[in-house]
Amino acid sequence: MIPGPFSYHRPATVADAVKLLSTLGDEARPLAGGHSLVPMMKLRLATPEHLVDLHGIDGLKGIRRDGNRIVIGAMTTQAELLASDDIAKSLPILQEAALLIADPQVRYMGTIGGNVANGDPGNDMPALMMTLGAHYRLEGPGGGRDIAATEFYQGAYFTALEPGEILTAISVALPAAGHGYAYEKLKRKIGDYATAAAAVVLTMAGGKVVSCAIGLTNLHETPLLATDAAKAVIGTSLDAATLKKAAAAAEAIMSPAADARGPVEYRKHVGGIMVTRALQRAASRAK
Amino acid sequence: MNDLTPTREQRTAALEGMGCKRKRVEDARFTQGKGNYVDDLKLPGMLHGDFVRSPHAHARVKSINSEEALKVPGVLAVITAETLKTVNLAWMPTLAGDVQMVLADGKVLFQNQEVAFVVATDRYAADDGINKVVVEYEPLPVVIDPFKAMDKDAPVLREDLAGKTSGAHGPRKHHNHIFEWTVGDKDLTDAAFRKADVTIKEMISYHRTHPSPLETCQCVCSFDKIRGELSIWGTFQAPHVIRTVVALIAKIPEQKIHVISPDVGGGFGNKVGAYPGYICAAVASIVTGKPVKWVEDRIENLTATSFARDYHMTTEIAATKDGKVTGLRVHVLADHGAFDACADPSKWPAGFFNIVTGSYDFPTAHLSVDGIYTNKAPGGVAYRCSFRVTEAAYCIERGMDILAQKLGMDPAELRLKNFIRKEQFPYHSALGWEYDSGDYHTAMKKMMETVDYAGLRKEQAAQRAAFKRGETREIMGLGVSFFTEIVGAGPSKNCDILGIAMFDSCEIRLHPTGAGIARVGTKSTGQGHETTWAQIIATEIGIPADNIMVEEGNTDTAPYGLGTYGSRSTPVAGAAIAMASRKIKAKAQMIAAYKLEVHEDDLEWDIDGFRVKGLPEKTMSMKDICWAAYNSVPPGMEPGLEAVSYYDPPNMTYPFGAYICVMNIDVDTGVYKIRRFYALDDCGTRINPMIIEGQVHGGLTEAFAIAMGQEIRYDPEGNVVTGSFMDFFMPTAVETPHWETDFTVTPSPHHPIGAKGVGESPNVGGVPAFSNAVNDAFSFLGSTHIQMPHDYWRNWKAAKSLGVFAA
Repeated sequence: MIPGPFSYHRPATVADAVKLLSTLGDEARPLAGGHSLVPMMKLRLATPEHLVDLHGIDGLKGIRRDGNRIVIGAMTTQAELLASDDIAKSLPILQEAALLIADPQVRYMGTIGGNVANGDPGNDMPALMMTLGAHYRLEGPGGGRDIAATEFYQGAYFTALEPGEILTAISVALPAAGHGYAYEKLKRKIGDYATAAAAVVLTMAGGKVVSCAIGLTNLHETPLLATDAAKAVIGTSLDAATLKKAAAAAEAIMSPAADARGPVEYRKHVGGIMVTRALQRAASRAK
Repeated sequence: MNDLTPTREQRTAALEGMGCKRKRVEDARFTQGKGNYVDDLKLPGMLHGDFVRSPHAHARVKSINSEEALKVPGVLAVITAETLKTVNLAWMPTLAGDVQMVLADGKVLFQNQEVAFVVATDRYAADDGINKVVVEYEPLPVVIDPFKAMDKDAPVLREDLAGKTSGAHGPRKHHNHIFEWTVGDKDLTDAAFRKADVTIKEMISYHRTHPSPLETCQCVCSFDKIRGELSIWGTFQAPHVIRTVVALIAKIPEQKIHVISPDVGGGFGNKVGAYPGYICAAVASIVTGKPVKWVEDRIENLTATSFARDYHMTTEIAATKDGKVTGLRVHVLADHGAFDACADPSKWPAGFFNIVTGSYDFPTAHLSVDGIYTNKAPGGVAYRCSFRVTEAAYCIERGMDILAQKLGMDPAELRLKNFIRKEQFPYHSALGWEYDSGDYHTAMKKMMETVDYAGLRKEQAAQRAAFKRGETREIMGLGVSFFTEIVGAGPSKNCDILGIAMFDSCEIRLHPTGAGIARVGTKSTGQGHETTWAQIIATEIGIPADNIMVEEGNTDTAPYGLGTYGSRSTPVAGAAIAMASRKIKAKAQMIAAYKLEVHEDDLEWDIDGFRVKGLPEKTMSMKDICWAAYNSVPPGMEPGLEAVSYYDPPNMTYPFGAYICVMNIDVDTGVYKIRRFYALDDCGTRINPMIIEGQVHGGLTEAFAIAMGQEIRYDPEGNVVTGSFMDFFMPTAVETPHWETDFTVTPSPHHPIGAKGVGESPNVGGVPAFSNAVNDAFSFLGSTHIQMPHDYWRNWKAAKSLGVFAA
């Protein structure tokens, strides 16, 4: 549990960070909260020769409004997310999920950018971002670009990030007023990844679902958007048969790994239950 | 007498003696980060050692090439079995009479086995060196399933034992067999089963787990070539035993070995044994002439040093149709891993598992245990329990519930019917123990009344009916557990470690101003000895506990003791402390008589000093006696006031308790909710109720972890799949239920202060309470026994197999 040797860099601007990452090449890794990378380094499963620490870059911090969107700087910690009134008012599902990430110590260090950019299927925020239709801002040697969260994840730890690129901000369109939301996460204990988790954002009118998006965490090598399951509930009042249909549709796209959290069959089964419960709870919150 | 004269109550309170909820004196440093642990020790020129470990569970080691490792800046040496052979230390004896490789000698027998020891100027360089050592392995077929270890064609694990048809504990039946241990009357027991109205038989497994103290095993060894002295600072629960073992195997005169256990961050049995890290650090220090530190990391701790349990217990009970037990038959398949390194008293290959008749009056019983080798880490330590007692308690407490189910009786009622009665003590059990004292009916009834047991059963019946009507997806279980522990190893007539009788010791020196120091042969790893030992002395000799400093863990200053494990500290060392105090008190009485100019027999003890019988104003306090001991002792008497006592207990002590767990389980997810947990402990005389409560909280938390998910699990290739705290269940405060504690007091008749020991009871009694709750919850659906651990997915699997998801 002792990392290999590495050099440490602390740039002050995004441009400097990008420059460092592109000059140092494959052996350099950006360091945000470090809660995924540092344990991997201690196990020597990751042996970067250079760490480019992003903590010195003021421009990566903060939460702001941009028209009808909320823009969250990549180095915003989970704790800052939880303390934000803006998030509480407009994106409460982010706070519900952030509270389920490990413990306060981890939330003081862990960043939202690191959480979404690392491509770890166990992280909670990626499925949420897909559910919310978020966009990521990437800055690289060739300039900046925006990418939809749904386009970002390619495999476990594989993302659309090109060499030298840094994820600098997350931009989310404000969900409709009166939307219902829920993040249901089954985990064995504080600090554990989800055995299965589901995010739901929906709107209701006259007791029927008008719009719905469902995201799934840790049930595949990437976060999933359960579109068929979401379609199945549109126009319904979430009766028992519909919930069953939605859970089945969600389970159909899950392919979790068997691990100490349980065998594949169990993880899919509780994945379906998380979808059901998230739908019910979201509907109960919708106005 | 005037208003300023303290009352008797005030004088008693000022002592903070036995029965006082005295605050823990050691916490002043622990809560401020000022403890002094092994890893805090930094000696000039200190080097760091770390292990190359085997990725394979079973493989031949074809070659080890250290060339590139030695080129890494800072790396000074790479020690292998070949190096150790030059000092005859490639193998070491185990506490169980087996031998164990220090470093891989020709083959490896479990994943993460120690293969080479890299010594470097810092920990980083050592780890860099490890990654450059090239080991060539030839994988061999593995034995992971204990039930296949004695198959005819099972791979031979211990080639070093080829041709040895007997081991330290008698004949071996198979090349992977270690020992067979039998106790009890087979014929009588078989006859009881033939005559029985009702019998049950169930294979009850207690899975492999690990004590996982927060501080891992570690040491610093420093050899002084000029003086020829070896100093070892280590996380030892039994420092004197370590000193003797080192003297025997390293051939260094024992007076030149200094073993020091500084503050130790939890032991739970993990720190009783001797590990390759200690030997390698000592050899490295002797070779380099510099101090060498070895600190285990979390993965190493979980995968290589000392697992616990892994007992597979085929349990049979015979009974009459009205529920009176008539016989117990148990066979245990004991998975010891690659080497038999169990930390038991030498003559007890399965520890005190023969306490398996529990709290019940079995007229006859028979027990056999087969120890076997597999490709798993060695160990088999008593994880917060006396030797194999938690396995035994789990076995009988599950067995009694299964019998109750078969009889259609309430499990509490079945227990009440079969308890050893108060008047039967001292009670001779069918498997050879003499229980010292107990009042089981009182404890059980107090538990049942406090929690409204009858009301809970009514609620459960309603919940079950609602479940069957489809109104709820939650089922409710009540887990009753009534355990009897056997602690305080132990009497020299049947307990020794490597030939050393398992006494313990105390030396007390009082200073002229009415203060003193007590040195004890045990070693606190968190139990609070610095607090409680002083309380015993305070009550015994009337010096305030605050004026007594307690010191443990330094073999140069502490009297020889066998250490802290198996809840033996209070039963054995606690007795030595009382006996040393009484020697002091006897001398003090002579001094007081001389000073008060009366005969000794005219004096009586009064809280904190002596007074003349019939003349209550004529007194001499212990404080004044201390002063007198250094300036005006009676003619012919030696000055000073000190005593030492070595206590060989006449018997074990037998703490007991009644626990109940109330649990709901959501059958759709397997998620459980502990609604209530009530623990009544009877540990005899209570020295510090606050510390007892803390011990019970800690032990219950471990029991909760073990029963509900904590395991060391191997895949079929022998890879450990639960080797870090991400997967090995270590509950946080959030998962830990609320604990309700209670007590009765049945003193031990043979212990000087009547105390029995408590630290391990909650682990012993807690595990069956949790497991019985899960099993009780599912029983109405037709199951008899569900194996631990009861984590979410296994609960779901049980629910599924019982048909609760049928359309």
